[in-house]
Amino acid sequence: MKSADFVEARRRLEARSLADAEKLTSLREAVERISDGDHIAIGGCMFTRTPLALVMETLRQRRKGLTISKNLMCYEGEWFMAMDAVSNIITSWLGIGLPWGISRILRERGESGQLKIEDWSHMGMGMRYRAGAMGIPFLPSLAMLASDLAEVTECKTMKCPFTGERLNLIPALFPDVALIHVHRADIYGNCQIDGYPFMDADIAAASTTVLVTAEELIDEEEIRRHPDRTAIPGFMVDALVHVPYGAFPHEMHGLYEADFAHYDDYVEAIRKDGTQAILDYLDRYVLGVASHDAYLALFGEERLQRQARAAMELVA
Amino acid sequence: MTMDYTPTELLGVMASRLMQGTSTIFAGVGIPLLAAILAKRTHTPTLTIMVEGGSIGPQVIPGLLPISTNEMRIAHRAQMLVGISEIFLLTQRGFLEVGFMGGAQIDRFGNVNTTAIGSYERPKVRLPGSGGASDIITLCRRTVLVTMHERRRFVPKVDFVTSPGFLDGGEGRRQSGLIFGGVSSVVTDLGIMGFDDLTKEMRLESLHPGVTLDRVIENTGFELLIPDFVSVTEPPTQGELDELRRLDPDRRYL
Repeated sequence: MKSADFVEARRRLEARSLADAEKLTSLREAVERISDGDHIAIGGCMFTRTPLALVMETLRQRRKGLTISKNLMCYEGEWFMAMDAVSNIITSWLGIGLPWGISRILRERGESGQLKIEDWSHMGMGMRYRAGAMGIPFLPSLAMLASDLAEVTECKTMKCPFTGERLNLIPALFPDVALIHVHRADIYGNCQIDGYPFMDADIAAASTTVLVTAEELIDEEEIRRHPDRTAIPGFMVDALVHVPYGAFPHEMHGLYEADFAHYDDYVEAIRKDGTQAILDYLDRYVLGVASHDAYLALFGEERLQRQARAAMELVA
Repeated sequence: MTMDYTPTELLGVMASRLMQGTSTIFAGVGIPLLAAILAKRTHTPTLTIMVEGGSIGPQVIPGLLPISTNEMRIAHRAQMLVGISEIFLLTQRGFLEVGFMGGAQIDRFGNVNTTAIGSYERPKVRLPGSGGASDIITLCRRTVLVTMHERRRFVPKVDFVTSPGFLDGGEGRRQSGLIFGGVSSVVTDLGIMGFDDLTKEMRLESLHPGVTLDRVIENTGFELLIPDFVSVTEPPTQGELDELRRLDPDRRYL
């Protein structure tokens, strides 16, 4: 599907179920809805509220030829590259974080021309998902105008019919599957998010299939008592999985802070052994574990508790 | 009295001073954000800091500086958390007076590259990308670039215009459709630069204490305009340095 094809995107949406029904399932069953070659959009931003349990299950199920999109991509982007699972990355930034320098595998793949990376601006990514969520082919903006980003992407310009000013037209993005992690949801998939909303609601509305993991399952009555807190309505959600610490070692607002010491170890191993270190990491933390609980056990209860205390201090 | 400070401390203090009297700032991660927090806590308490993750008016806990502009540490005690698109739409609307951001490569017309050194298809160094930088420089009423002064950073022409400054100079920015903003200053650990009113070429404005003109010229990879009169900035005060060090005791950024 061409990225701005809003008619085709609507037809696909009209073909899916929007039932107000129970959505609860397992990680395995949820991710089985992803096909090789799909475009998957990853919610959260950078290392905050990343749907890591869904990402890891996608890698466990060895999906190939994926397009992945995210506003700012943290090291989960490296994992797809290391496993040769991705053929196209749509983002505005790819790295780990300022203190850890430039991603080594990004340099290897980017500099050898092996990997296609679509370079958008952060607002550009936002407007792409927003246009998708609005069901329109593009949004006019000044973002990316006159930059080389506009030259290397599918942007077009037009003269504004009202003012005569030049506008950049940012094409909509309609992902096949959205991966989203939230604080809590009821079994019908009504989702609440604490802290930054980022672009998740737009991503959910723009995508054909929506997979959600939630830190906590709450009663339907809780949702109905605070309907203004619902960020994503249940009818948009295709599959919901209860996954405490589903973003760990990334952060979850108010619940656990990112485990930066773990990042230090991860980056240090790559400094020593290159891409092989990423594959070794994935063997240990992703491919070699059968469940998210087994994954969390590798970190240990004490570490999880420590990061939870750090988060509580920040929202106190 | 002589005072000891590092180049990054000097950069933080000088960037902070440029925020004097500003009401709304879009701060990029690293020294720009640290400088904004310093400004808010010292000379400009009426400042509202905004960051691209969607945090409006956050405060930070000294010693817990954020690593990204999208995390809890910079949402602490914020006045509002909005979506990422919303924060950029506020900027497009014109609410952001000044953008403060860094950059890997900067050229004499204030264009910034954070995408690729060398050719785009087969780069010599592939960089992380724009993030919000392109949007900040395009949409804020004006933008200040904050970076260490190194010859490899200050190039005649950037290899890739991630974030448009004055493009080819003169009226280039306006003619290409960028109605608003532009780069007002470039602050480094050596001095402060502005841009010629007509040609939009980078021009030295002031040197930091103890920095010679030759050192600036040596560390700039293009011909910087040098006016007849170049002022010398006031050295950081003990109060500024104390506050900066209180914010970043682990020297994550300093």
